[in-house]
Amino acid sequence: MIRLALWVLGAFLLGGIVHLATVLVLPRMATQDAYARVSAMAPVNSVTPLPGPTPEKALMPFMDPAFQVSVCRYDLSRGPLKFSVPISQAYTSVSFYTRSDVPYYAINDRAAGRRVIELDLMTGAQRAALPENEEITAADRLIVTSPTTAGLIMIRALAPEAGWVPTVRTALAAAQCRPQ
Amino acid sequence: MLGLAIAAMAGLGATWISLTRGSAYGGVTIGAWTGWPKNGTPGIDPYARAMVARTGELPVGSGDGVAFYARTDDAGQPLDGRCDVLLSGTTPQARFWTITLYDPEGRLVANSAQRQGFTSQEIVRNGDGSFDIMVGPRVRPGNWLPTGGVDKYVLVLRLYDTPIGMASRTGSEAPMPSVTKRACL
Repeated sequence: MIRLALWVLGAFLLGGIVHLATVLVLPRMATQDAYARVSAMAPVNSVTPLPGPTPEKALMPFMDPAFQVSVCRYDLSRGPLKFSVPISQAYTSVSFYTRSDVPYYAINDRAAGRRVIELDLMTGAQRAALPENEEITAADRLIVTSPTTAGLIMIRALAPEAGWVPTVRTALAAAQCRPQ
Repeated sequence: MLGLAIAAMAGLGATWISLTRGSAYGGVTIGAWTGWPKNGTPGIDPYARAMVARTGELPVGSGDGVAFYARTDDAGQPLDGRCDVLLSGTTPQARFWTITLYDPEGRLVANSAQRQGFTSQEIVRNGDGSFDIMVGPRVRPGNWLPTGGVDKYVLVLRLYDTPIGMASRTGSEAPMPSVTKRACL
């Protein structure tokens, strides 16, 4: 009797390990995550406008239909990237995601405080390799460090009313994302 | 053998349940609304990460805003697209906000008015700055958010450029619109 109870207890402990292992491994195994969905349509290191969500079709679930979205799928293995987007009249934000869809940085137009959101994106190693003096002249340039070599930059601009869509699209179309 | 079978079933079962039931840890609940501001940071917990990988969505980054989800009304009843539901009140401080209606899988819902949500700028407000939105299957004057008659839906209130994500501890004091069920078809 006790032996059976021990077996069952052991089984549940093992079950707990299986559970934790699957939860931790799933993000690496996912084939339909946001990065994979975006990769299917966005070439690397360039800005691609994404289609807005409609009831029939949406690239990702829970997209905000009030926003126009462009994406830069980046790969820093050949060096840092320069990114810039002019802000639109209402609200513009730039969000950074790792290769496994973890948001690690986001900035909006007000935080950027200029007409253009401009920044350099690099890995930790590339940042450490920056020459000292360049680090000083870079004081007023925003440097974002990516925890992974690849990832996504989502550029979102709000069209507060339907009539704003063309202007917002124009601002987004001027976004740039290219190797230095 | 029995032991291994139990282990596999319990483990995978627990994973499946925790990833599909959709209530990760660390949520801030205000009335019918729950948000996970931490999911917009690198501190996102492993369950939320796994859930995001499974559904394919991208969480709103914390420097951008925070999203609150309502799947029930204030009384805890699931939101039913065949009923009228009144959203009333104000939102926490934010430069812009949007409210959007999705089916439980996060797809927009088709309807004859082709309206899936409102932005803070589109909404018609009362004299004191508060607003009323009628969510329901039938055409309404004022702010009408059509449900298309689906049986279940989710409302998502997204606050952009807001201080609320940072101070998630004080979230319970933030004003959120009430969600009240009215007549059903």
